Amino acid sequence: MTELALQQYLDFAYIAAVVLFILSLKWLSSPASARRGVLAGEIGAAMAVAATLFTPELVQYKWIIITLIIGAGVGIPLGMVKMTAVPQRTALSHAFGALSAAMIGIAEYYVGTAPVTRFQMGEIGLEVIIGSLTFTGSLIAAGKLQELLPQRPIVYRGQNIVSLSVLAGALGLAIALVLNPANTILFPIMVVVALVFGVLLVTPIGGADMPTVISLLNSYAGFSAALLGFVLNSKVLVVAGALDGSSGFILSVIMCKAMNRSFTNVMFGAFGQVQGPAAGAQEERVVRSASPEEAAGILSAASRVVVVPGYGMAVAQAQHKVRELYDVLTKRGVDVRFAIHPVAGRMPGHMNVLLAEADVPYDRLMEMDDINGDFPQVDVSLIIGANDVTNPAAKTDKSSPIYGMPVLDVEKSHTVMVIKRSMNPGFAGIDNPLYYMNQTLMLFGDAKAFVSNIVKELGHG
Amino acid sequence: MPSDFISNLYVFILAGFVGIELIKRVSPLLHTPLMSLTNALDAIVVVAAIIIAGRHETRLTTVLGAIAVAASFSNMVGGFFITDRMLRMFKSGRSKQS
Repeated sequence: MTELALQQYLDFAYIAAVVLFILSLKWLSSPASARRGVLAGEIGAAMAVAATLFTPELVQYKWIIITLIIGAGVGIPLGMVKMTAVPQRTALSHAFGALSAAMIGIAEYYVGTAPVTRFQMGEIGLEVIIGSLTFTGSLIAAGKLQELLPQRPIVYRGQNIVSLSVLAGALGLAIALVLNPANTILFPIMVVVALVFGVLLVTPIGGADMPTVISLLNSYAGFSAALLGFVLNSKVLVVAGALDGSSGFILSVIMCKAMNRSFTNVMFGAFGQVQGPAAGAQEERVVRSASPEEAAGILSAASRVVVVPGYGMAVAQAQHKVRELYDVLTKRGVDVRFAIHPVAGRMPGHMNVLLAEADVPYDRLMEMDDINGDFPQVDVSLIIGANDVTNPAAKTDKSSPIYGMPVLDVEKSHTVMVIKRSMNPGFAGIDNPLYYMNQTLMLFGDAKAFVSNIVKELGHG
Repeated sequence: MPSDFISNLYVFILAGFVGIELIKRVSPLLHTPLMSLTNALDAIVVVAAIIIAGRHETRLTTVLGAIAVAASFSNMVGGFFITDRMLRMFKSGRSKQS
């Protein structure tokens, strides 16, 4: 084949890949066709990779083969992690994606003998800055989720000014490079400054904000790949990057709405987020607690039960015990459903995959807007490891840091039971008036052990 | 402004709108697999990495390309793999009984 014919055949392979990628996302819309979507994506990606290996430009295959093997060797174990580890795996994969895009952008600056034009320099500069900051930012997020780094927000005085000056520094260096692309000494400095900014961007963000941050990093990783497509004039990268970027963008918007945070607030990486507990009234308040036997009695007398899972369920690895509870109650004729708040857990959809892993049928998992109207008819709401998403102060108390955030209306149900280790507020540090309400019973203990005890009691009865 | 830029911008804007329309229809139930799937699709940057690594222009660009091949190919393999694993777990109540 001539070189031109080869190039055309390569383009056709890429166009087919793009079509398959779009179908892949289309089929993901429902659980019934979703696996077909994965297959479509796999075929598209395999075609594009295979076609690329025949590019006439390639003169040396040794490093390609070695690194493809290394990539598969790293990717397969990362695809086998437990469902509780999916948020950190996802953050790590954003880091890898961004690293890859940044590396190619950097190589593109050094490649060839002719210096890049000013216009190309602008594209490369922006691409490399976004890729680099997403790389380090995602690594920090993964570290926090894996608890290698503290999950609490790390904040100091003047943080916003420091972080924004670092970003301005990176952009300033990029502009200087656009004015004179041959000033090669500035390029590595720009990369380092962007890497530092990524660290500063994510370090101040607390664990509870991780769903938004992960979505945002997803969006950055996608847009850096799209920009790389501009740099290389590669339409397949532009399309894949735009699809990934818009997906992350939409998820960020959904997460923002679910936390009642403005989009600008999140776009700039949660700078100046609310801090510390609201100093509320400190009068003695009565808390009622119950034993597993009492809890089991109340649950078995109920006809409608709603379980509200949160990050605490994931931490305690309680999802399988929760499924046993679901089974034993369902067998007794109790209608059990699960209320999933959009930001429950550490990434979008986190609770759904945990419960699906534990074999809870997905038609029992209800979105917040679909179940909120039903709470007045619910006999028992059982809250397992969720806190802020059930806090009624979000609706009533204007001084609450989470005022305005949409929450699950659990307090409208007949009885509320909350499994919690102690009365210590979570690391968000926000007091939850739900715990002092008349209809609320606190079930103190480890989520997994407590649910297991309830299941045992129900098994006897 | 190069004409390539304009045609890429067309493609970017159209793909962005297609993406937004498609993603909006994905049930929140599947938001975690959505993220891992788009991650795997985004790993198509591996094709650019392969070219940089295989063109062998300078040692620096080959090293950068090689790192990029490993990083993006691990995303591609791992992303598709875990997405399929997650989706296999989602069962409806009806299919479970049958």
